[in-house]
Amino acid sequence: MTYPSPNGLLDRSQPAARRDPSALPRLTHTPAATSFASHERFWGPLPNGRALVEQTRRSGLRGRGGAGFPTALKLDAVLAAAAASGRRRRRPIVVANGTEGEPASAKDRTLLEQAPHLVLDGMVEAAAAVGAGRAIVCVKADGAAVIASLEQALAERRSRDEVSLELSIVPAGYVAGEESALVNWLSSGVPAPTITPPRPADRGVEGRPTLVDNVETMANLALIGRFGADWWRGVGSGADPGSILLTISGAVAAPGVYEVGNGSPLRDALTLAGAGRTAGVLVGGYFGTWLTAEQAGRAGLGRESLARFGGSVGCGVVIVLPEHSCPLEESARVARWLSRQSAGQCGPCVNGLPAIAGAMEDLARGRDVAQAERHAHRWADMADGRGACKLPDGTARFVRSALRTFAPHLERHRLLGGPCDGLGSESVLHLPGREVSLRWG
Amino acid sequence: MGMRMTVNPIRCDGRGLCAVLLPELVTLDDWGYPVIEQADVPAHLEAQARRAASACPVLALSLTCVASPRPARSISPRSVALR
Repeated sequence: MTYPSPNGLLDRSQPAARRDPSALPRLTHTPAATSFASHERFWGPLPNGRALVEQTRRSGLRGRGGAGFPTALKLDAVLAAAAASGRRRRRPIVVANGTEGEPASAKDRTLLEQAPHLVLDGMVEAAAAVGAGRAIVCVKADGAAVIASLEQALAERRSRDEVSLELSIVPAGYVAGEESALVNWLSSGVPAPTITPPRPADRGVEGRPTLVDNVETMANLALIGRFGADWWRGVGSGADPGSILLTISGAVAAPGVYEVGNGSPLRDALTLAGAGRTAGVLVGGYFGTWLTAEQAGRAGLGRESLARFGGSVGCGVVIVLPEHSCPLEESARVARWLSRQSAGQCGPCVNGLPAIAGAMEDLARGRDVAQAERHAHRWADMADGRGACKLPDGTARFVRSALRTFAPHLERHRLLGGPCDGLGSESVLHLPGREVSLRWG
Repeated sequence: MGMRMTVNPIRCDGRGLCAVLLPELVTLDDWGYPVIEQADVPAHLEAQARRAASACPVLALSLTCVASPRPARSISPRSVALR
């Protein structure tokens, strides 16, 4: 498996500390099939984690799992909870989330296969920073290559780290990777979300203060710990520093995982992957936001730019719809799939999501368009914010975005009183059970 | 001291007693699950809110005391505007 390296190769002869801070790719181009020895030779030895919190604060790193929460605040919250536990001090736990529930995302597994030690380094650093004795990396049960890569990496490092590094294999499922579900799984063996508060930082795995960060976030912590915030900020924009991993798929010549500067133009990333004319671009995965071709041409991947279109880069998924597909049908497929991911715990999710999917399917087929549109809005509003986890919220967001962005297309269905020519065209969306093959570079 | 009402969505079975006992603050969605229209309980409805909470067969409705009622803007869980 080769990795697309649109920005050229790193110069491996340079000592790690003096390596060009503006070079891309950064996270994913450590020596392929890396051994711990070659990894350490490449990146240099691991520091002790003592300066990590301060450097992370200065770096401006935000979580790369989707929510984009400032990582330094999470570290602070875990430290505060540990301090508040007083004499019966509850030692914190570090959890790296590599479950990658987003069907169209491949960046976490790519990272775990290509640079497992960078992720493990970040976990060791974070554990040292918050005083954790255990750090657990969680991956999905169906990721055989990822599990093999991590098992080998863990075997190589055995007893070299002060923290106990562990691997947990989580049952596959979209909501199983949600933060509270992961904590629930590690504490009690149930891979389903719980209500918050308490937040994992306050009371997580085994009731201990728990730092849960995405594996890409961990890999970034490994670099911030080694080279400091200033070096780390050498890539990306001032407001959105660092690099981000994008998984670009759909109507593109070279679908795959791309590492680009955070905050860079979406257009540039689409050009790298060879995107052609499109009916719409989904940014941020199935909790994400649809952009028209015109919007995609002028949007940046930074928070401020995407917020203008009501979106965020989320977990870095970018899907390009073919020009002649029906965007409403594609959206209905996703809505139906999301409705089947419910853990079945909360009424508004169990009832609301299938109702939303049904309304979207009516829109795709052009059946009673006005009423279906009213229903989709009504039920999205009704489900939003009323589950234990964010599945209803994410579904509502996705559906509202589809209705807004594809309003002109909706109008066509209304006038036709039926579907458009795009109905039934082959889907480019990744939905488990109907896999679309993804090439690497 | 004010009082705040929340529903535990995992426990809630949609029996709907809360909406019967406290229609001023609780309505039902299209599937019979409670929507808290206003989380901060006004003083004159506190006794009624307590009755609704204790009547819930699955104890999904909870009341917590808060130092001072938050402004209506930051009501949580978010109230649902229906079209």
